[in-house]
Amino acid sequence: MSVAELQRRITQLEEELRKARRGDAAPEREKITKMSGEVVDTNPYSRLMALKRMGIVEDYEKIRTFTVAVVGVGGVGSVTAEMLTRCGIGKLQLYDYDKVELANMNRLFFQPHQAGQSKVDAAAATLRSINPDVHFEVHNYNITTVDNFDHFMDRIRTGGLEGGAVDLVLSCVDNYEARMAVNRACNELEQTWFESGVAENAVSGHIQFLIPGETACFDCAPPLVVASQIDERTLKREGVCAASLPTTMGIVAGVLVQNVLKHLLNFGQVSYYLGYNALVDFFPTMTVRPNPQCEDSWCRKRQAEYAARKAAEPIVEKVEVVEEEVVHEDNNWGISLVDESAPATATAGQVTGLAQGITTAYDRPAPSLPDDLTSSPPQDATSLDDLMAQMKAL
Amino acid sequence: MVDDATRKSLGSIPLMRTKAGPRDKEAWVTRLKEEYQGLIKYVQNNKDADNDWFRLESNKEGTRWFGKCWYIHELLKYEFDVEFDIPVTYPATAPEITLPELDGKTAKMYRGGRICLTDHFKPLWARNVPKFGIAHAMALGLGPWLAVEIPDMIQRGVVTYTEKKG
Ligand SMILES: [Zn+2]
Repeated sequence: MSVAELQRRITQLEEELRKARRGDAAPEREKITKMSGEVVDTNPYSRLMALKRMGIVEDYEKIRTFTVAVVGVGGVGSVTAEMLTRCGIGKLQLYDYDKVELANMNRLFFQPHQAGQSKVDAAAATLRSINPDVHFEVHNYNITTVDNFDHFMDRIRTGGLEGGAVDLVLSCVDNYEARMAVNRACNELEQTWFESGVAENAVSGHIQFLIPGETACFDCAPPLVVASQIDERTLKREGVCAASLPTTMGIVAGVLVQNVLKHLLNFGQVSYYLGYNALVDFFPTMTVRPNPQCEDSWCRKRQAEYAARKAAEPIVEKVEVVEEEVVHEDNNWGISLVDESAPATATAGQVTGLAQGITTAYDRPAPSLPDDLTSSPPQDATSLDDLMAQMKAL
Repeated sequence: MVDDATRKSLGSIPLMRTKAGPRDKEAWVTRLKEEYQGLIKYVQNNKDADNDWFRLESNKEGTRWFGKCWYIHELLKYEFDVEFDIPVTYPATAPEITLPELDGKTAKMYRGGRICLTDHFKPLWARNVPKFGIAHAMALGLGPWLAVEIPDMIQRGVVTYTEKKG
């Protein structure tokens, strides 16, 4: 064979290999049109439907009507997507622009043979074979750039199973820029979402439930993090950006999906902020009220709308639903849970009334009031084109 | 922290006035002009101080930036492509400066060759929104990064000197 023929053959074989790896083969089982609680060894939903019989969830099948967007399919996002897939969620949207690398193998979910594939494609292939009933929509791009952001907003607005908005957005990204982009989109779209994060030192994490206008948005205050109780000066950062542990990521994904299920299926109590300190096994919780001076104008708009809605609400006697409520037995296990009954308040610089063990990543000054500097455009008649040319000529 | 040389060069970069990102139509054009003014001044200052170390240009919309940066080590000039997008949340969040050629060669990088900034950069940036612009990100982010990482990479042999063609 000539070199050209051999090269063609290689391309062909590579393509076949890629298909085989992607799992283009037929799914392991047929789709199931109706969830059933029948306990037979072929029914993947019997143990989930048992939640109804046990009185935990009223209507488990409802899970098939929900669409959840998972932004970031890394150590937390991939496990989150797998849990939701196994729970039989209706539809998942997956967003990521990264490829699977062997360096990711200290985390759960992805496998070495998937190295080189895009995370979203590799994830969708695995998840489809686990549960062919779930609908998948994948986007292999960075949501923070202008073009992609518009598309992202559009898919959040119209990507639900029935063509409406998705039911929840889960931010499982690993950087501040992407979190801020999700925050901006959700404030604009009035979209309820969860934020999740694992510290770069791998020994703490958190989840946060955000309802635009009602709770603090991600931009209302500097990022809320779990106090590391490590002296920052002894934390060696030489030569590395970030550490990661499959344990911490798995735990954060677990508490995230647990709260997603509670919210969607209406059982138990959803945590607004839940921290996890791995060093001492401490789980502080709290709620944070929005900052009236939030830098995000959409957040302020949503706050005003929420206040107006609240004011317009007729004052009615709260109808108590008579049912077996969760009885808070004496805490025999010595698990320390801090729940500040009064919500914390976000201001620009810091947050007051934080629960023990939660802190802000840094302080930020109060926004400077618009002065004549900011209100007047620069007194320079040079056009942008001229400036660009000047820059080029340097 | 910020060393004296950085502090000095930082002080000479004009501050931005307009708080606008790439989704803010007209205000963004105003901001973009300020960005260019800041960069032109900064590059000019660098040249005057015999410390010229980068060039940048952008697409028409000012959303995508690209250029070159270089670092002199033992009289040899090492040059790298630099690029970044302006995020939709700019200027609340700084651009993520990327050196694609160095991806995988140092642990001080995130995926795709985005440089890993110090713990001080983010708080400093957050405290100076919207006054800091691209020139500040270069001076505070990329400059110090190159100064620490390039000599280290040269020493480890992952970056080698190549004679410039043409
Ligand atoms: Zn806010």
